[in-house]
Amino acid sequence: MTKRIIPCLDIKDGRTVKGVNFENIRDAGDPVELGALYAQQGADELVFLDITATNEKRKTLKELVNRIAHHINIPFTVGGGISSVEDVSLLLQNGADKISVNTSAYRRPELISELAKEFGSQCVVLAIDTKKEEDGKWYVYLNGGRVKTDTLCTDWARQAVDRGAGEILLTSMNNDGTKKGFALDITRALAESLPVPVIASGGGGTMGHFVDVLGEGRADAALAASIFHFKEITIPELKGYLQDQHIAVRL
Amino acid sequence: MSTVIVKYNAGNIQSVLYALERIGQQALVTDDPEQIRKAGKVIFPGVGEASTAMEYLKERKLDELLKSLRQPVLGICLGMQLMCSYSEENDTECLGIFEEKVKKFTGEGLKVPQIGWNNIYDLKTPLFEGVKQNSFCYFVHGYYADFGKHTIAATSYGLPYSSGLYRDNFYGVQFHPEKSAAVGERILKNFLENI
Repeated sequence: MTKRIIPCLDIKDGRTVKGVNFENIRDAGDPVELGALYAQQGADELVFLDITATNEKRKTLKELVNRIAHHINIPFTVGGGISSVEDVSLLLQNGADKISVNTSAYRRPELISELAKEFGSQCVVLAIDTKKEEDGKWYVYLNGGRVKTDTLCTDWARQAVDRGAGEILLTSMNNDGTKKGFALDITRALAESLPVPVIASGGGGTMGHFVDVLGEGRADAALAASIFHFKEITIPELKGYLQDQHIAVRL
Repeated sequence: MSTVIVKYNAGNIQSVLYALERIGQQALVTDDPEQIRKAGKVIFPGVGEASTAMEYLKERKLDELLKSLRQPVLGICLGMQLMCSYSEENDTECLGIFEEKVKKFTGEGLKVPQIGWNNIYDLKTPLFEGVKQNSFCYFVHGYYADFGKHTIAATSYGLPYSSGLYRDNFYGVQFHPEKSAAVGERILKNFLENI
């Protein structure tokens, strides 16, 4: 079983965008073209997140998902503003392999159970945005990082897995956009305690950071965006490097 | 020759259709017994739960139909598992095309379901023509088919198991060729063009 490298495409108004610490959004190209390029270069999966969705209550465009599905020959996850079985059904029918839920699942945890029952845990990814506060603990944030909760990340992840979440996509807000490395402590805490795969996100800036999070951080997969979009690191060189460092990857 | 994708209450069926379109092949997604019976090739995909799927197939008499087919049939993931004799998933009697049984992954420290890319090896039959030993394919499953005399591909996850099965005109693969990049496309092409 290999570790997965997952480029993430944040989508706003049909374009790929990338911000720093959830702010200062820049344009990074056409999502379908970019996704197809990553697939061809050896990305193991893709994640498409409609970052405007939660705040504006807008549904992810099914046409975009359909277009992606027609062009891409690796699995992909779609997230952003998904809040019902009907939303998910539409996205899966249009070719998505998995969907990710975040704020809507926190507000109504039954959503996870409903989705797992209807479509199976394998297509339910729980995305968590988390931030380490001054007390040294990791808390769950909602609405793209704008709303703080009093819930600990580990507690929410455990509850979600018990309800049927099949994977955890963990984004550290402290690290996201900094390119100073992934949050190894919280990633490892989840990866070691949960029976499902953990995808680490936020902070990947060098190839060494990926070695750290997939090795020491025990993550099953690592996700990154801007370093791929702006070609700072290419997927073939990253995977070659990981293999040299004795981390099993698909080449 | 026409290709039919069997429509039933399992997920991922559309993805198979799109994958065929990407390699320039047409297919009809249907649960009409007549269309399935007269198709040149039949693909039986699926992601989901075994007992619910078997119930659905039985209600529509698709179980008997599938067993009676004489043209090449390719089961994918749950489709392959349903072609086995029995699944531990909710204690389900399956189609019995392959004698192998389907069991739950239970290794120490093993994450279940297995999600991701894993090797296929000991490849047999023209289904894998041009596919290198230890090629990577994409897997998503919590249950696996035992080794047996019908095994045509193996994969290890905690233990070695059947990632491909074959008997007469029936083929099954545990991984998702429709999501396994160029390797998967080659396998789909082999099924449609070389078998």
